[in-house]
Amino acid sequence: MSDFEPKIVAFVCNWCTYAGADLTGTSRIKYASNVKIIRFPCTGRIDFMLLLKAFSNGADGIIVSGCHPNDCHYTSGNFHAKRRWIMFKELMDFMGIDMSRITFSWVSAAEGARWAEVVNTTVTRIRELGPYVSYKELVNKSVEEEVKNG
Amino acid sequence: MARIGVFVCHCGENISATVDCGKVAETIGNLKHVAYSTEYKYMCSDPGQTLIKDAIKEHNLTGVVVSACSPRMHEPTFRKACAEGGLNPFLCEMANLREHCSWVHEKNELTTEKAIDIVRTQVEKVKLNSALQPIKVPVTKTAMVIGGGIAGIQSALDIANTGHKVIMIERSPSIGGHMSQLSETFPTLDCSQCILTPRMVEVAQHPNITLYTYAEVESVEGFIGNFKVKVRKKAKSLDEKACTGCGLCTTKCPQKKIPNEFEQGMGMRPAIYVPFPQAVPNRPVIDRENCTYYIKGKCKICEIVCPTKAIRFDQPDEILELEIGAIVVATGFDIKHADFFPEYGHGRYKDIIDGLQFERLASASGPTAGVIKRPSDGEIPKNIVFIACAGSRDPAKGIAYCSKICCMYTAKHAMLYKHKVHEGKAHVFYMDIRSGGKNYDEFVRRAIEEDHVNYIRGRVSTVFERDGKLIVKGVDTLLGAQQVEIVADMVVLATAGVASSGAEDLAQKLHVSYDSHKFFAEAHPKLKPVETNTAGIFLAGACQNPKDIPDAVSQASGAAVKVAALFSQSELTREPLVAIVNRTSPPTYSTCVGCFMCQSVCPYQAIEREEFKARDGKVVKTVAKINEGLCQGCGTCVALCRSKSIDLLGYSNTQVYAEVVALLNEY
Repeated sequence: MSDFEPKIVAFVCNWCTYAGADLTGTSRIKYASNVKIIRFPCTGRIDFMLLLKAFSNGADGIIVSGCHPNDCHYTSGNFHAKRRWIMFKELMDFMGIDMSRITFSWVSAAEGARWAEVVNTTVTRIRELGPYVSYKELVNKSVEEEVKNG
Repeated sequence: MARIGVFVCHCGENISATVDCGKVAETIGNLKHVAYSTEYKYMCSDPGQTLIKDAIKEHNLTGVVVSACSPRMHEPTFRKACAEGGLNPFLCEMANLREHCSWVHEKNELTTEKAIDIVRTQVEKVKLNSALQPIKVPVTKTAMVIGGGIAGIQSALDIANTGHKVIMIERSPSIGGHMSQLSETFPTLDCSQCILTPRMVEVAQHPNITLYTYAEVESVEGFIGNFKVKVRKKAKSLDEKACTGCGLCTTKCPQKKIPNEFEQGMGMRPAIYVPFPQAVPNRPVIDRENCTYYIKGKCKICEIVCPTKAIRFDQPDEILELEIGAIVVATGFDIKHADFFPEYGHGRYKDIIDGLQFERLASASGPTAGVIKRPSDGEIPKNIVFIACAGSRDPAKGIAYCSKICCMYTAKHAMLYKHKVHEGKAHVFYMDIRSGGKNYDEFVRRAIEEDHVNYIRGRVSTVFERDGKLIVKGVDTLLGAQQVEIVADMVVLATAGVASSGAEDLAQKLHVSYDSHKFFAEAHPKLKPVETNTAGIFLAGACQNPKDIPDAVSQASGAAVKVAALFSQSELTREPLVAIVNRTSPPTYSTCVGCFMCQSVCPYQAIEREEFKARDGKVVKTVAKINEGLCQGCGTCVALCRSKSIDLLGYSNTQVYAEVVALLNEY
């Protein structure tokens, strides 16, 4: 398992975390290259179906990150994301998804170093957890059951 | 069929040092639908942009991916280049290879692989981009300047002189800010009030400026050109029109023992007061927290003595609703006070004061009429020690930055002291002397060479009292870290400049970013120093970081030009990245079921109801419709929509799904 390099997708908002990750670059702070960023206008835009889509396409871990509470460029998008997260966390946990593979965090445009830290701790954790093969099994099992039940 | 062009930038060596740009361009060139792929040293340069424009025509491109720096840096540049090349600008995307890849990873195979993945993702996205047309919105040609210090004053006057209306908001009873407290200014030693007060009067009298003092921003809604700002005008307990500013009330007020904020607590003021004699507007306010009438329910002496019957005890706060096109934030700074420096005895010993208190002592209009007297017994200090970098450049204190102005004002303080107390001795403890600026270093040299101020390079470990004297213990690092002990009559700390109180709260109301020290963040550290990330909101002065008067004034004029440029347009074009609710043919009209959950989450009230009627005029369906003038494109409604009827242009469901799929799968 030592040579396992996890695939991690980061869903970030344009105004805080994307800018924060830009600052990480400007400050030349190094971090693991396993994380690839997808830009959204706001965490409020992030549909949680996207997380499932990412897992079903082979993601081993996911980071969702936006502005700190009260700092949202659009006033309240991050609060909606947070509320949605609280709801979906329960649901996804119930569905059998390994919630420790999802990092939900706030990184502001001024927190370049914090972004590197969030990435590195997530990568370390996912490395320990290993590849997320059980997601495929989970999905296959439910499909099988559906077939069996007609 | 899509024909995508990919342009990989080396950014000099910023990208090519860690990413194999040739390999990226070659690999991407082999992908399906990529019609053209190339690399170049500087894509943003003129030849680089020409390369893109030519390729669009030559290869008949339907989409462009520029693989270079952050889109936050150059997206407008390349979208403009595409438009000039004949391609709709919204068919151009950027892959962030610099900030998100080459600058943060080591040079190896994995980094190049990641770069390829980043570009691939954007190729998949751009295939699904649609040609969008910018949205046109009207501009309200009235600016708001928040803060009435020198930066706010400069900005307001410059905007007003271009012929546009300005509304200035100041939270204290008078404009003038910290500059009005200063005695003299470096490096010319001209009197601060003499150059400031005429400008304050100009603000009050300018036909294009409306001034609201004792007022604060309550809330800000809307967007560039179309802000709606609510301002709370705190009750002054005074009819401003009736008041003549005679000042009788302030002399008769029995409550006289309130520490005077303008004098930095070095003097006292009554409960009904004008902050300083040159205040603009020169009308008193009642400080309700300290007024005997509001505390005990009786007194009213000011009302009795007022010759024009202008006192209004029952006056409520007033909320103004203003239509504003652009906002200049000029809320300034504060300095660290007393209890922050226990090691220097600040706050424990009366004769240890901060820089602003010294300004008041040295000011002709100050509590001692310009005579340097120490606070404890009114004696003129014979030995005075100035400690620079009190708090600044001290990560242990949580303030890693340089406050910038202290080196210069400490030199000024030492000179002012020497000019007033010729036989006195002035000592300055400093870390480094940072005197970059026109005639600044010459000024410091003058303090040392002509006024014989004793500069000691080293820090002070402690200040304590012995036999009524202050003992300053420090080290002289230029004499081999030799310990130095100076017996002083007074100590002045050049305390760190910090963000103004309430800055964080205001930033959140304005939706602008701020740094960990609560200073407002500029849109780009070099190329957009007066803009914020929120279009239509600009910065001026020390609210961004500590700066001196010339810098604050320059930036204020810069902000004013930005506002004037905005107001020179009859309408603004805005990025059309807004939400849309789908429409289908009757009888469905839209997949929207009209639950209007979206309406409750929209921060901009941009979601309206649209009714579809049958031939007989009966309403058959009510669905959501986005007002694209109001929509800011956050997409909260998109993620929430249960029937997936709302989509966000530029970040559509198909686009983001395509990105996820591309990113995670082999090619």
